Amino acid sequence: MAETAVQEKEPIIQFGKKERKLLTDPLNDNNPITVQVLGICSALAVTSLVYPSLVMAIAVTLVTAFSNLFTSMIRNYIPKQVRMIVQLVIIAALVTVVELILKYYNYPIYKQLSVYIGLIITNCIVMGRLEAFAMANKPWRSFLDGLGNGLGYGAILVIVGIIREIFGKGTLFAGSPIELKIIGPNAEYLVNTTESVLFGWYSNNNLMVLPAAAMFIIGILIWIQRSYNTKLVDVS
Amino acid sequence: MNTRYVIGFVFILTASVAVILTGLRQATEEQAAINEEIFNKRAILSALNDYLGEGVTVKSLSDQEVLAKFESMERLVLDMEGNIVEKDADDIDMAKERKKPEAERQLPLYVYEYNGEKFYIISVRGNGLWDEIWGNIALKSDLNTIAGAAFDHKGETPGLGAEIKDNPSFPNAFKGKMIYDDGTYVSVVVRKGGAKNPEHEIDAISGATVTSDGVTEMLYRGIQYYEPYFDKIRQSNGTQGLLINK
Repeated sequence: MAETAVQEKEPIIQFGKKERKLLTDPLNDNNPITVQVLGICSALAVTSLVYPSLVMAIAVTLVTAFSNLFTSMIRNYIPKQVRMIVQLVIIAALVTVVELILKYYNYPIYKQLSVYIGLIITNCIVMGRLEAFAMANKPWRSFLDGLGNGLGYGAILVIVGIIREIFGKGTLFAGSPIELKIIGPNAEYLVNTTESVLFGWYSNNNLMVLPAAAMFIIGILIWIQRSYNTKLVDVS
Repeated sequence: MNTRYVIGFVFILTASVAVILTGLRQATEEQAAINEEIFNKRAILSALNDYLGEGVTVKSLSDQEVLAKFESMERLVLDMEGNIVEKDADDIDMAKERKKPEAERQLPLYVYEYNGEKFYIISVRGNGLWDEIWGNIALKSDLNTIAGAAFDHKGETPGLGAEIKDNPSFPNAFKGKMIYDDGTYVSVVVRKGGAKNPEHEIDAISGATVTSDGVTEMLYRGIQYYEPYFDKIRQSNGTQGLLINK
């Protein structure tokens, strides 16, 4: 009863300091990939091109946001003994929805991401947020928390994707309608390596196409982030 | 929280999720099937990239234009003896055919006409390093010269085996290669260490020997499956005496 009384006092949707912190925290101070080191598997696997990374980022953001929202809405009715199964049902349902939508609107990208869309179910970020946040907070805040964490994950994915695609393939957004050619041996490229004095030596780096490159890049990103955000450095 | 509540809760949750997902699937199924069909047809057309029209590539074709191209093609299905089966080539799934015993397989063959010349598009399927690889080869009307090729794979290594699809210079290298050497069937060989015979060989992908050998093997077997039918065409044409030389 006490809870319904509180809900009547404050509006369900509000956007104050706390809410903003829920959105911005996962982008930097509490980033799921660089700080919590979750969701690394898909970050290594799908980031060889920017376009699939972007689609994956959007998919994961939708799943974390809405699974947080729905779980939070029914959190008081979920029996404690089966709460993980219930969370998994919600996540799996949302992932299937994302899969069906992709198949409907963009079949080639669905083919390209193949199993990794289905594997969002096993992404630790999603389940982690449900357990840590949505089970103990109200729907609106849970939704924002999910959104923030999805965006934090997505931001790293896209950054890694941009670096890998430029140096590995010489393109940006390959496979999408706005494909850009950045560095390569033809006049159609932004930097024409056959004519450029500065970049004549460059040929595509095959390591960048392999998942190992993503690990190095994420490692370097963590290093950069911690060197300016010193409170993240583990002093112990 | 007694057991009855737990069971009831889980039952209602899963039932409602099942209903929602079934409904959504029903609503999207039809469009998804069309999308898949167009995706596969674009893959077949990409073997013909040079012969789609002035300045037209597979990428620039709209979905309707892709379907229209296939409407205008002869879509044959062959059995292993080279007889035409009463079926539409669109209905043949190469992955399923490959699981059948060799003698029972059926083969799709698309016959495409451009500027009065006929092109025969055949489908081949084989093994790469990790999983299956497949491709479509367009042969010119002499049934000897390759007009274009396109490959795809299920799980080859990015940057190595996956180059058969990702690097356009690999399929492009097949253009103009001959599958016959003085009337003897030789197929096209993907040669490690560089092509020696410019008519029948192309360079392998460095670091992807198993995938390259897989392509060689796939082509040798796959094109041969179509030979009984091609022999019939040659016999009916009478002039191109490849069979006689054999």
